[in-house]
Amino acid sequence: MASVIQFDPIQLPPEAEALRVEVRAFLKEEIAAGTFDPQTVPMTDGFSREFSRKVGAKGWIGMTWPKEYGGQERSFLERYVVTEEMRAISAPTRAHFTADRQSGPVLLKYAPEEIKRDVLPRIVSGDCCFCIGMSEPDTGSDLFAAKARAVKVDGGWQLNGSKVWTTNAHHAEYMIGLFRTSPATADNRRHGLTQFLVDMKNTDGITINPIRFMNGMHDFNEVVFEDAFITDSHLLGEVDAAWTQATTELAYERSGPERFLETLYTLVEVIRALGDSPDRRSAEGIGRLVAQLHTMRRMSVSVNGMLQAGKDPMLEGSIVKELGTNWEQALPGHVRELAAFIDEDAGNRATLDELLHHATMVAPKLTIQGGTTEILRGIVARGLGLR
Amino acid sequence: MDDSDRIIIDTTTRIFQDLGAPQMIVNSGDDSWKAPLWDTLEEAGLTQTWTPDDLGGAGAGIVDGFDVLRVAGEYAVSVPLAETLLAGWLLARGGIVVPQGAMSIAPVRSSDRVNLAADGALSGTVRKVPFASAVDRIAVLAHRGDETVVALVDTADCVITAGRSLSGEPLDTVCFDGAVPESVEPAPEGLDEAALFQMGAAARASQIAGALRGILDMSVDYAKERMAFGKPIGKFQAVQHMLARLGGETAAAIAAAGSLADRIARSDSFDEKVFLEVASAKIRAGEAAGAGAGIGHQVHGAIGFTDEHVLHRYTMRLWSWREEFGSESVWAVRLGEMVAARGADELWPMVSAQ
Repeated sequence: MASVIQFDPIQLPPEAEALRVEVRAFLKEEIAAGTFDPQTVPMTDGFSREFSRKVGAKGWIGMTWPKEYGGQERSFLERYVVTEEMRAISAPTRAHFTADRQSGPVLLKYAPEEIKRDVLPRIVSGDCCFCIGMSEPDTGSDLFAAKARAVKVDGGWQLNGSKVWTTNAHHAEYMIGLFRTSPATADNRRHGLTQFLVDMKNTDGITINPIRFMNGMHDFNEVVFEDAFITDSHLLGEVDAAWTQATTELAYERSGPERFLETLYTLVEVIRALGDSPDRRSAEGIGRLVAQLHTMRRMSVSVNGMLQAGKDPMLEGSIVKELGTNWEQALPGHVRELAAFIDEDAGNRATLDELLHHATMVAPKLTIQGGTTEILRGIVARGLGLR
Repeated sequence: MDDSDRIIIDTTTRIFQDLGAPQMIVNSGDDSWKAPLWDTLEEAGLTQTWTPDDLGGAGAGIVDGFDVLRVAGEYAVSVPLAETLLAGWLLARGGIVVPQGAMSIAPVRSSDRVNLAADGALSGTVRKVPFASAVDRIAVLAHRGDETVVALVDTADCVITAGRSLSGEPLDTVCFDGAVPESVEPAPEGLDEAALFQMGAAARASQIAGALRGILDMSVDYAKERMAFGKPIGKFQAVQHMLARLGGETAAAIAAAGSLADRIARSDSFDEKVFLEVASAKIRAGEAAGAGAGIGHQVHGAIGFTDEHVLHRYTMRLWSWREEFGSESVWAVRLGEMVAARGADELWPMVSAQ
């Protein structure tokens, strides 16, 4: 029944707003100190161990996790504020972001105690980068057709096969990877996959080959496993039942503010370029985009507030990612049109052009990573009762 | 949402289901359904949702009123409920006891102005007043010298020239020249045409959100029932994806209208935070209205644009409501000017402030 769609008008709690003030002050200091430059980070891979360690020292990585593993036991809404403040100013969070968002929570839920005690505190301090081993050369959206396999051997598991489009594999200390341990069954094609924690720096039989983006950037990799051995303690959760675990992981991956803020810098820069009294065409363009941005954010905050309240906004979360990624993908195109009549020699026109060129080239990936638009629309259709 | 919110929503839903169901209205072919529906809404206090109990109202809250309008939107019924709520709200701001009966408000365009002379007579002509010819009274924001006042005027004392909205509802020109109001009270500080315009836009955003939900439900149901090529059309991926997009547009309108209602309920004045919410909601809900109406029609095929089907009751109202109290373009220019004046580096602080 479609009427189930619900977006509670969440107000962020005072402790989250107090934290926002702290985060802004920290970011301002780091920009002043030259740790990063908001106008150039978007054109890099956004990867800075130095910055991640500073964020870790503030207690803002793994901040919702239990204190015994280095966490702060703060709310998801507080984490939301930290995330959105960092994204809105293009802070270089990539060295810790994946671990903070999804790998850490998976370990908390499924890893053996010794692994949790070893790895989680290192994520929290900003010293541990994670990559995600899901897609393969022949399986992207069709995740549960994964073929890379893990075979039980004495004392552990032997991995063979390859993963692709693996962001940050060349930096990462660990991968959480999905491997086939049994064939799918006739009644459940998602059966037979298992999640493993792979030490990327200390495991023989792993080759990482860069796959460059069309703009020359190195983010993606191919990761090839040839008889790579990992010990039993690196099994995560249940053998053959990773499909439920991987789906949980995807829920973390889909509901955050990073799903609509990826190209925000183009809007900020075009507002700067158009000046304080734009013509009517430009004002209308800005106004529409700001209205859409504001609504997206209110939707995203609402989903996270409902998560914090213990509800399960699966449908709403999928809708927010579908709308948010399509919005951030279209944004550079709208900004390009608004920029059409700005004087070539005007103040920040060169910076705007550079950012816009970059955003235009990364835009295609925004509706593919973390679940394509087509997959998400399928999930929404199911939520509406059509599947 | 607490229990009292739920009661108001459930009551409104039940009344519209029983007395304002779109198919029943289409089948009736006349206006015979209007009086029973209106009388029941009045008896339940729903036409006075924004009037405090000491001024004759139901003593419900701001959010309750927006809930009522959203639920009414789900039935896309042609009655002056939003207008009566807005009139009650305006009269209550002036401390005027709110009478029973259907009402509207004026002015509804920011360029129109009504004056009140020292002899107690009004002057001024305002355009596009919704339902003016169909209501008993109009709550007017007027100017007496430097003072802003709230006045209650009997429509029999005005000269009304009929106009029609796209959906066929009265959108009339009202000439107040010489009309002497039944009541006049000073308006509180900060209540001006801009504030009234914002409240009207907020009401329309809630109605749009409701109507989109109605279209979504109806379109999903239709896609499950309508067979083509040997299966329900809802089994085709192309149709599923269209409906998923409709779900997204509906969600955006619901979220924007809900966030706005919450903000108005928390605010003492029509400040910049309220302005951002109103502008965003009217723009985003207006965009969703256009996109959503289009998808609703595409899913329904030919039957959807016939007189006998209920879909047009929704889509035509969406196309009207997105125009009234400022279209997307009107609000976008205002919002864009505000954002530009504050500067690029203030964009994020503004957006993240609520």
